[in-house]
Amino acid sequence: MSQSHEIAVEIGGMPILLRTRDSSFFELLASRYAGFVSASSHPRFEFDVDLVPPSAEMESEEDAHVEMQDGEWRLRRGDFRAQWDPGAGRGRIRQSANPYSIDSVLRIVHTLILAREGGFLLHAASAIRNGRGFLFSGISGTGKTTISRLAPPEVTLLTDEVSYVRRGSDGYRACGTPFAGELARVGENCSAPIHTLFLLEKGPENKIEPADRAEAVRSLLRNILFFAEDAELVKMIFRSACEFVDCVPVQRLTFFPDERVWDMIR
Amino acid sequence: MSDKYIARSTAIAARMLGSEMMVMSAVDSTFFTLNEVATAIWQAADGRTPLSEIVTRSVCSEFEVEPEVACHDAELFVDELSRHGILLVSDRPFDNLSSGPVEAP
Repeated sequence: MSQSHEIAVEIGGMPILLRTRDSSFFELLASRYAGFVSASSHPRFEFDVDLVPPSAEMESEEDAHVEMQDGEWRLRRGDFRAQWDPGAGRGRIRQSANPYSIDSVLRIVHTLILAREGGFLLHAASAIRNGRGFLFSGISGTGKTTISRLAPPEVTLLTDEVSYVRRGSDGYRACGTPFAGELARVGENCSAPIHTLFLLEKGPENKIEPADRAEAVRSLLRNILFFAEDAELVKMIFRSACEFVDCVPVQRLTFFPDERVWDMIR
Repeated sequence: MSDKYIARSTAIAARMLGSEMMVMSAVDSTFFTLNEVATAIWQAADGRTPLSEIVTRSVCSEFEVEPEVACHDAELFVDELSRHGILLVSDRPFDNLSSGPVEAP
């Protein structure tokens, strides 16, 4: 019987153990999540990854479906099937040997974990400057990668694509993620208290304007990653968005794409 | 306007932000922002007061709007929200109703 290989991937302080019998897939995981590998001997959740040969069954264009059945989350997309018992902390993933499927499963699992804790994954770039966390949220084309690319050297980039927002007793923190966008650069594995959420827009000049709370909640809900078809979790996400806006300043940032925009972000 | 009764679904999350009511369906995640008039109707949707009375009491007396226009707009508003299961509509008062949740502002 082949040996099993284990790797704990810790994102947002949440170690998740992945177990595979395929040594080359293990190496792929170790390389893909290099900055996020944890030495934790007590991961909160663990998954066995069963690799299957690429086939028509596992290469369809089917969108992600996430639903709770008999106490287990069932995750399904064209390129993977997974089940996860959050009570037992165990799950199983069935996919071919590629990094994109496992990446998506991890994103979905983190959205489910965070939803119960008042946090969320957000379509946003994020960065730390002077110990303060800044989020730059927007749909594709609004400038998440651009603003990340323009960041001065002293800025720590957490991600240019998917931001990890955790709620703690002392407020909200932005955590680095390995989920990269067009910048194709894994974020730094660190975190900082969130100072401001900027709603991004490109424009002819740089300006920051306050966003009213209703606009902020609307925008936040548009950009929160959430897949589960579960009424209770939808309510939790709504509540989380409202509570976030109660605590964190939200501003509209219109920027001309050059490095001067960072003069306003300190 | 034929008498109909409207009630807030329990499968929603809602919150007042400024003068707008944000309402989200927990079933299909549809999201609505209600203006002041729609919010007044929403808040009065107790399942026991006829819609016509809600329009008279909560809309015509509070906002500068002609009764016919108010009735027409209210019907459209109720139709749309009921299609998403956010408002429940009946031709008789609801029994044993537990109104949909509204978070504290």
